[in-house]
Amino acid sequence: MPIEPARAGRDDDKPRTSRPERHAALSHGSLVDAHVGRYSARAKDMAASEIRALFAVAARPEIVSLAGGMPYVTALPLDAVGDMAGQLVAQRGAAALQYGSAQGDPALREGICEVMALEGIRAHPDEVVVTVGSQQALDLITRIFVDPGDVVLAEAPSYVGALGTFASYQAQVVHVPMDDDGLVPDALGESLARLQAQSRRVKFLYTVPSFHNPAGVTLSEPRRAEVLGICQRAGVLVIEDNPYGLLGFDGEPLRALRADDAHGVVYLGSFSKTIAAGLRVGWALAPAGIRDKLVLAAEASVLCSSSLTQLMVGEYLASQPWREQIKVFRELYRERRDAMLDTLGAVMPQGCRWTRPGGGFYVWLQLPPGLNSKSMLPRAISSRVAYVPGTGFYADGGGTEHLRLSYCFPEPGRIREGICRLAEVIGAETEIRATFGPSRAAAGGAGPADLTGPAGGPPAS
Amino acid sequence: MSDLGHVLILAGGLSPEREVSLRSGARLRDALREAGVDADTADADAGLIPALTADPPSAVFPAIHGASGEDGSIQEVLTLLGVPYVGAPPDACRFAFDKPAAKAIARAAGLVTPRSVTLPKETFHDLGAGAVLDRIVATFGLPLFVKPARGGSALGATLVGAAEDLPGAMISCFAYGDTALIEECVLGTEIAVGVIDLGNGPEPLPAVEIRPLAGGYDYAARYTPGQTEFHVPARLTPAESKAAAEAAVAAHLALGLRDVSRTDLIVAAGEPQFLEVNVAPGMTETSTLPMALDAAGRGLGIVCRDLLSQAAARGT
Repeated sequence: MPIEPARAGRDDDKPRTSRPERHAALSHGSLVDAHVGRYSARAKDMAASEIRALFAVAARPEIVSLAGGMPYVTALPLDAVGDMAGQLVAQRGAAALQYGSAQGDPALREGICEVMALEGIRAHPDEVVVTVGSQQALDLITRIFVDPGDVVLAEAPSYVGALGTFASYQAQVVHVPMDDDGLVPDALGESLARLQAQSRRVKFLYTVPSFHNPAGVTLSEPRRAEVLGICQRAGVLVIEDNPYGLLGFDGEPLRALRADDAHGVVYLGSFSKTIAAGLRVGWALAPAGIRDKLVLAAEASVLCSSSLTQLMVGEYLASQPWREQIKVFRELYRERRDAMLDTLGAVMPQGCRWTRPGGGFYVWLQLPPGLNSKSMLPRAISSRVAYVPGTGFYADGGGTEHLRLSYCFPEPGRIREGICRLAEVIGAETEIRATFGPSRAAAGGAGPADLTGPAGGPPAS
Repeated sequence: MSDLGHVLILAGGLSPEREVSLRSGARLRDALREAGVDADTADADAGLIPALTADPPSAVFPAIHGASGEDGSIQEVLTLLGVPYVGAPPDACRFAFDKPAAKAIARAAGLVTPRSVTLPKETFHDLGAGAVLDRIVATFGLPLFVKPARGGSALGATLVGAAEDLPGAMISCFAYGDTALIEECVLGTEIAVGVIDLGNGPEPLPAVEIRPLAGGYDYAARYTPGQTEFHVPARLTPAESKAAAEAAVAAHLALGLRDVSRTDLIVAAGEPQFLEVNVAPGMTETSTLPMALDAAGRGLGIVCRDLLSQAAARGT
């Protein structure tokens, strides 16, 4: 006996939330979301995706996830941090649990200047704006500079979170090639000249100069001066995003771009990798005019950052051995980087190339020609290993043959296991590609780095 | 509180439909709680068997989509543990989950189903993909649907309009499994017909018509509110509605399904054609079974409570 639809009247005077009304709405076509026609243009691409569905699986412990960039926060002295937080609330709770200023806690801003001094930056706490992670700083910078259609220059590839922010403000991202020494200055100059000839407004260059996310490469010292010079001559602001700068594995931290240009560079920093991502404390260091606008924009956005976590970070910098803790993180990540690079060298199929990061969290791997990292991801998840497909790091559809591997979170044994699984996945995908299309697999191992993205490294044996 | 006792909804799993399953499970749990049932969710992981052994629930509602939830695996385990569950027994799940097998059984039961071929990747490798694909296009024409033989939520499925796009679609499909179903594209009204059986035989629910606003009914169109328009009941003639309802019940019976199922059909030239059947239908905000129950004036929580009571009384 079929179950009939409920017979519903369509009297418009009935309450809209009543069950019969909902039936009537459905029978005349329902989009499920009653607000479809009201969304802004910038929300139109916000949709469910297969890739997000696959990442939901990647978070399970059965999967070796080389995808996420989660710092290994359990390496912190959690007991000491917990005691510190408890005392903070007990002794300074009235301030810690209250609203604060939009610019951020003054004592924390002093501490931030001390941290930046490690990279050669001389700054005054008045120039610092504390933000909810450096991601909010990026959002505020884009908000105050970018009108729809304005051009933002970004490395190819570029940080996926930045590209998402630029897209939400309807910026036009123009990628500038990189190689194993970071952003290519000549290519930057050519891009600027071309855009100028086209009368397009370039608002800023967004760059992650040290231990790049996702590419793992670092802008060499000679190139730092060149990039600054090109941007100064073109009158283009530089946004230096530097969350990994203190996590280098060799020698002293590199001198930040901002250390050599206090007027043309806005520096974005973060405690997410050097203390804990869950605190959501980052900052922007900007010249006075930009700073003032950032403060007003921050106020409009969140009123103020969390007083509690700001005071926690301030207290941590004042009372805990934070420089030593960064060394602990560096050694931990170095060991994991080595585990990844050693295993890549041992098991990756012919035709793969990858970068050799000197710090930070990521290796950027180029697949044998013809393979597509996005369409290969389901096979990887079935084989219990996850990565991030390269396409997410391009605003122009590039990155299909690349993927990002992250070594910051899994322990070395799991990294080795994951890379071995990935090698098998790439082998299987190569076979399928060979079946369905002319094999364009490289005959040899690693070639020289090209200008479509850094991909140097040792020959795959 | 209902006298059903504690029930468990299984949601999650490790298939690419994990996220959808978690949403289905949470919605089902909330609906059951509203209906007065002591309901919790649990994932299908290493903690499941110890938990079921230590504190056996009155019954389990599997809401795991994709492999392990719909291929009979979890049902086998529940049977081994002696835990009653809602839904089809393991053998029936195995056939239902395998699209080519389900199509063959449906066809044998007298249903019409679009023409198709099912081929493992080795066939393309051994015989040459170009020759095999050329023959498929020559036989069925274009457009064609390429889908993994096992799986759901349109993951790995592509509607191919041009022959040169076929190899790429095959590669995407084989990333999800080793066997592909290549099916002729029948143009018509896409509908889903739920079937529930509360002890009086399988009853069809009102058909839900699915009309993606742009492109096909792919993953984004399925799970992004606003990208697909649903009509309940479907805009069919009375004769078409009757035929669709009969087809869904026929598929349910022919495949040996139990308690609940959802059959996806395409109605063309007045005739419903069988596409596939689901033994653990989605229960999200954009899923068609809850819409159909709602249109029938049946509460999701009440129906699922009754299905759980029936399973508990049935045992394993």
